Formats: sequence, structure tokens, C-alpha cells
Amino acid sequence: MTVPPPGGIDCDIHPAIPSIDVLLPYLSAHWREQVVTRGLDELNSIAYPDNSPLTARPDWRPAQGRPGATLAQVQAQALDAFGTSLAICNCLYGVQVLFSEDLAAAIARAVNDWIAKEWLDRDPRLRASIVVPSQSTELAVEEIERLAGDQRFVQVLLLAMGDTPLGRRHHWPIYAAAERHGLAVGIHAGGSYHNPPTPVGWPGTHTEDYVNQAQAFQSQLTSLITEGVFSRYPALKVVLLESGFTWLPAHLWRLTKYWRGLRMEIPWVDRSPAEIVRSNVRLTIQPVDAPEGDALNRLIDHMQSDELLLFSTDFPHWQFDGAEALPDGLDATLVRRIMIDNPRATYARLLEPVA
Amino acid sequence: MTKHVVAPVAEIPPGTRRLLTVKGRPIAVFNLGGEFFGLLNRCPHQGGPMCEGHLTGLVQSRTPGQYDRSRDGEILRCPWHGWEFDIRTGQSYVDPERTRIRAYPVSVAEGAALVAGPYVAETIPVSVEQDYVVVEV
Amino acid sequence: MNVQLQGTPTLETRLTGKLGIADGDIHPARKSSTDFHPWLAKRWHDHAALFGTPGRQGWQVGPAYPKSQPNASRRDAYPPEGGRQGSSLSFMQAQHLDPNNVELGILNPLGVGQGMQNIEFSAAMCHAANEWQIAEWLSKDARLRGSVMVAYEDGPLAAAEIRARTGDPNFVQVLLLSRTAEPLGSRRYWPIYEAAAEAGLPVAVHAFGYGGAPITSAGWPSYYIEEMTGHAQCCQAVLTSMVVEGIFARFPSLKVILVEAGFAWVPPLAWRLDKHWKRLRAETPYLTRLPSEYIRDHVWFTTQPMEEPDPREHLRDTIDWIGWDRLIFATDYPHWDFDDPAHALPLAIDDEQRRKFFIGNARTVYGLNAPGWPAAARQANT
Repeated sequence: MTVPPPGGIDCDIHPAIPSIDVLLPYLSAHWREQVVTRGLDELNSIAYPDNSPLTARPDWRPAQGRPGATLAQVQAQALDAFGTSLAICNCLYGVQVLFSEDLAAAIARAVNDWIAKEWLDRDPRLRASIVVPSQSTELAVEEIERLAGDQRFVQVLLLAMGDTPLGRRHHWPIYAAAERHGLAVGIHAGGSYHNPPTPVGWPGTHTEDYVNQAQAFQSQLTSLITEGVFSRYPALKVVLLESGFTWLPAHLWRLTKYWRGLRMEIPWVDRSPAEIVRSNVRLTIQPVDAPEGDALNRLIDHMQSDELLLFSTDFPHWQFDGAEALPDGLDATLVRRIMIDNPRATYARLLEPVA
Repeated sequence: MTKHVVAPVAEIPPGTRRLLTVKGRPIAVFNLGGEFFGLLNRCPHQGGPMCEGHLTGLVQSRTPGQYDRSRDGEILRCPWHGWEFDIRTGQSYVDPERTRIRAYPVSVAEGAALVAGPYVAETIPVSVEQDYVVVEV
Repeated sequence: MNVQLQGTPTLETRLTGKLGIADGDIHPARKSSTDFHPWLAKRWHDHAALFGTPGRQGWQVGPAYPKSQPNASRRDAYPPEGGRQGSSLSFMQAQHLDPNNVELGILNPLGVGQGMQNIEFSAAMCHAANEWQIAEWLSKDARLRGSVMVAYEDGPLAAAEIRARTGDPNFVQVLLLSRTAEPLGSRRYWPIYEAAAEAGLPVAVHAFGYGGAPITSAGWPSYYIEEMTGHAQCCQAVLTSMVVEGIFARFPSLKVILVEAGFAWVPPLAWRLDKHWKRLRAETPYLTRLPSEYIRDHVWFTTQPMEEPDPREHLRDTIDWIGWDRLIFATDYPHWDFDDPAHALPLAIDDEQRRKFFIGNARTVYGLNAPGWPAAARQANT
């Protein structure tokens, strides 16, 4: 791995909610009381067990508390250490796992207000994704509308595994709202765990759960394309966050092959899936699921575009050591695109001045 | 290209098709409501026998959920992988620039003209009461 | 006459020339639902008549997602004597085995009892399917080899059927479907692997089946194209489970063949497994090697449906990464996404690679490398 040049735009960092207590001031009296009197636990999903090696790099684990839970820590470890110019906060808190839509909406609002006040207000390098209660399209859209005026929110955050595939039409008002406001839609690893995390049932290990996240992204990409989300919302940008990317060429070969034979089933898909991905879909670079060197460069060649990858550290998840956030052997032009040009082209709001 | 008489019109009535070998080439001849079309009987993708393909219309869509059907009967789906081809041009619908089935001109000639005219028809039983299907290969 | 009128297509010998090929995935079909009756207890005839043969999806008959064409089969594969595609041996010979120079054809019967609601009925149907393969196919064409069908949701029942077929040269593998009730590395399936390893039979996992979970980890999709594309994701989950749950560590002689899921997804999955297993290995102390090494030593893949990158040369990288000794050519005859041996691999490759890809790897994995094959095989069969 190599050290990236400074000035990059980090499209996937994870400030942590230190404890649900910090959200209490951002909840209405009713929900505050519900959280307290019902003894609601921390909403940390099983996607990232607190002490799992993947969840935080050893040198990014504080002596006390959760990794990435203080601004000073994120500034020192995620921003200054890489010379990052801008970073997008994707707050992973188990809002999507809840079954009550209303409780999910209340927590999502609290998370977003907390992010704005405790993070975005305090460091001009930070941007954020809008956490939405994806259990309810209606409430998710309400939350997007509530925050769309704040240009520091650059993306709507969804998870890779929900109750129904993200291409299904009942999700579309979310895409309409995102497109209308110039927000990207980010899909991050993790899920509601309302369905088994594999198509063949619940796995027996956490390792399988994490590895299988990539298959969830593949299924979501299939769904978004075949259902016609990009036919209906041509300006929409979808970013796959912490998805891995080395599976993309093989997946598109297969999907495009079937599209040639089964187009009649989805006649609104009037371009090949590979073309649609090149115009509408981006992926963050961590984790790099490939051996370094020749194989990775051939794989990048198979992607047939230098516009697809966005720089990310996935802080504080342990995907690499030291400051070596990029794989070896990428050419300088591609590095510049990954670090700066591609993020700017993906997130229209990064170009906007913020108050 | 030479013109070959391949069959009396009555043997390929509207709505039917016939696989023929002309100059060693397998050619599928279709009669769509009296109009004749000829295609090489080999899908350019993997060689599927086009003569056994399903004739359908062109389905397009203005927006997801809309199914706009046109050109009934003029789109041929390969019997194997379902790739769609325009029966008039042999052009693939999904990959028009690169994939095309060889299309052969097919016409109908008067029986009398065949006997008197330039067509090589000596070994075909010619009947002046019938018209003939002619393929140019 | 300068023109020959023909009623039926000429079946030509294809571009593979004189090379005899293996076909790792042929689907024989029943002529009628009563074909298994000679080998089924009367009780089960009645059961089927009264309650049907439901599986874990909503339809009494037919798949959850409508196929693109009838029986998901080639439109040109209906036997002239009638019946569904794949139900006539003589037409299969004339349309596929003879013209494509198939020297070794592996039968994978589908929809004949696996994954059924009633597990005892399922086991009885699988037993009947094995007898039917012998009576109607294997005893009549020496090029064909069968799969031991098992009621895979019950490990002990499945293992008993495998043990009953041990040593029978008609059968060269055990057949499971990919979409099971739990991931195939799960402990409930271990009796199958134990029996297969003892019998020296590879375990083939064919795409399809309904295990009860949504067929994507993101929920039920809308379209058949999603199901078809999704088999690659399902089989990634299957392979991940088998490796991480330690099937190959526990059954070191076990061979697994993944059938009809394509193969281009294998290198990225193996890389991902290696990378994250290294980080998380405290969870799986029984694994002593990298996941990719277990895959490299224990797993084969049938080729169909071949991925079709543009440019096609990219596929050479993929096969180089997997290994030219790991792919088993398959057509999926008579299904619609059939790969034609003359067109499926449009790469310039050397004779050794061609031989492995089209026949050598299959003979190795099925243990049919004996000198004199197929003559010796014919003898064994008669």
C-alpha cells in the first residue's frame, strides 16, 4: 500500500456515537422518555462488533470509549494524518434495525442534528450523509426535506441490506428527493438484519457476514439497474460505500449478458448495465479486496473507467496500516482522480460554498 | 449474388417459416403477412438456429412500468439466449452497432417470369399458376 | 436441382473438431410425472396426487420467477416425438451428444424431489430419481454418468442414499442445490460431506432450489433477470460458508463442484476472503490455511453460463487467476442459456489448455482418467 498525496476527499469516515445519552438532547420529550424509561440499549448493530479487529485499527482505539467518538480523535487520526481536505461522515448507528418506523425516525433526526452541531459546526472539513429511517419511505423523505437546505449534507445514507431490494418502486420517493436536491445516495455495508444476511440463510460466523456484504451490494446494484432507477432518475448518483470493488467487472459481465437475453422483461433498461454504472454509480476504494500489483492493475483495467473509484479510509475500520490508504502501483493520474476529481464529480454539493 | 428459386409461395404461407439450404448456407425464410424475409440460420452470438426463434414485437418503455409494444412479429428472438433481432435488417436490438445477423434479400417472382426470365429454375418444378420465393445469395 | 428444400436443420459437427468433450451439466427430464412410479411406494403416488410436490415457494407447480421461455429451455430442443425438452435420450443424442462430440456427459436432474416440503417424500423421490437415471439414461448411453440425488435438508437421509450408491460406476457425484435452508457449510449438512468423502464422490452444488430465505440478502427481487444474475451471489455465499465453516479442513479429501453459476466472481471472492479472514481469523481457529488455498485445492467450477466480457480477452485474466485446471466445460443442455462448445470460449489458447478445459479437468475430478476411457467405461456400463 502507498501513502496518498494530501488534499484528498475522504468519502467514507465513521464518527461514532459515544453513547445514546448524547442523543437525548436532540430527542423530543416523548422519545427521550421512551429511550430512558424503556432502557433502550445502544443501537450498535452486529455488523461491526465493538471489539472485532475489523471494527477499529488497534492504534485508532482510544484508551477509553468508542473509536472515532470524539472530534479531536477524528481530526488527528482521520483528517490531519492524511492531509484530507474534506471528509464525509457516514454515521453507522442501528437506526435501520429498529422495527418501529416512528422510533427510527426520531433517532435518525437526533443523529443528524447531533452530527450537524457536534461535528459539522466544529470543523469546516467535515460533510455528512443524512441518516434516514429507511423502514418508511415517507418518513425518510421527510427527513431529507428537513435537512436538504444545509449544504453540508451531501448524501442520503442507506444500508446494503434492508427489507426489500433498493430498486423496488416503493423506495423511489427517496431517489426523487435526492435527485431534486443534488444529493448523492450512498449505500453502506451493513443492514437491518430483518432478512438473513445471505440468500441461503444465516451464516455461522461474523467473518461470513462481513464477506457476504459484497454480495448484498451486487444484488442491490442489480436491483437498482433492472428496476429502472437510473432510467427514471438519470441524474442520480449512487455511491457504494465500503462495498469492495473488485467484484464489479465480473458482476457486470454477468448482468450485461443476461440483459442481452432478458431485456424484454425490463424494457426501460435501454443501455447496457456496464454503461449505466459508468454514468451513475461510484464505489469507495476501501476495502481493496485484491492482491497488490499486477492483478489489481489488470482488475482496474477490467473496470474500463477511471471515474468509478472514490478515495476513502473507512476510518476507524481496520482496512490498512499506517497512512498507506492506497494500493501500490496506481498511476499518478488515476490517483489524482480517485483522490479529488471523482469525488468532486460525484458529490455536487462539495463544490458549493457552505455558510 | 445470384438469385435462387427456393420454393413455391404456397409452401410458405403467411405466418410460417422454412429452413432452406442455398449454396450450402442454411437460410431461414419467414413469411410475415405476405412479406418475405431471409436470415442466416445462425445467431451471431453463439450460433443458435434462428429459424426456431420466437417472432415477437418490439417492447420499449418510456418509463419503468410502461410497456410499449410495436412492430408485431418483426422481432426475432434467438431460440437459445433470447437475443432480439430486427427481421428486416438482421440488426441486434441490444447491440446494433456490433451484432447483426446476415440478412438475405428475399422476393417473390411471377411464375411466368421465372420460366422466361433470367432466373435459374430449371430443376425446380415450375408451375405457371404459382409464384415462387426467390433468395439472393 | 440447385436448391435443396429441407424440413429440419442439419446438425453439423462443431468447431471443436475431433476433440471429445465433457459436458458437466446436462438436464434430463421426465416424460411424465408418473415416470418414477416403478421405484416409488404406492403411498407416495397417493401423496403426490393428494397434496402435490410443494417446495419452499408459493406455486403448486412452476418456479417462483417465470422463466424466459418454456421450461427454461431452448426452443429448438423439443423432441420430435413430443414431450418436454430433455425428455428424449435419442433426441439428446442427435441434437447434442453426437454433433458436439460429447464423450462424457454428467446428468443433473432438476425438479425431481430435492427441496420438497415433506422430507421423507423428498428422500423417496431422490431414490427413485437415481433408479430412473440408471434405467432410462445411464444403461442406454455409455457416455452418460449420473448424479446421486439426495434429500439434502436431512443429513442422515442424504448420507444413507450416498452410501447405497457407493461403488456404483453409474454415479460420479452427489448433487445438491445451492439455495438451501441454511448455508451449506452449516453442521446439518456435514453427514453429506462425510459420506461423499468416504465414497470418493465429489459434491456438486447446482444453482437453484428454494431454501426459504429471500433469494437475495437484500430481500425478494422483482425479476427473473435478478434471479439469474443472483445465482452468482448465492454461490458466493455457499462457497464462503463452506470455506469459513471449515468443510475442507474437516473433510480433507472432499471435492466440490459449483455448477451453473459462472466463474468470473471466484477470484474477487477469494481475494476478499483472504483479506478479511486474516483480520478475523481468531473466529475460525480450525482454518489452518488461507481461504483461497482451500478453494484452489478443493473446488472446481463448471463454466456455463460463461461470462462474456467485452473485450473477451479479460476472461483470460480471470481463468489465469482461477487456474486452467479448475474449470469443467458445461453446456446446460437443453436449457436456454446453453453454451455452445464451438463458441463459448473465444480465446486463442494452446492445445493443453483446450484439452483441460473441454475434457481433461472433468476426467480428473470425476476420477475417469483410466486408460482406454471411454471404451473401458462402456464396458463397465454394459
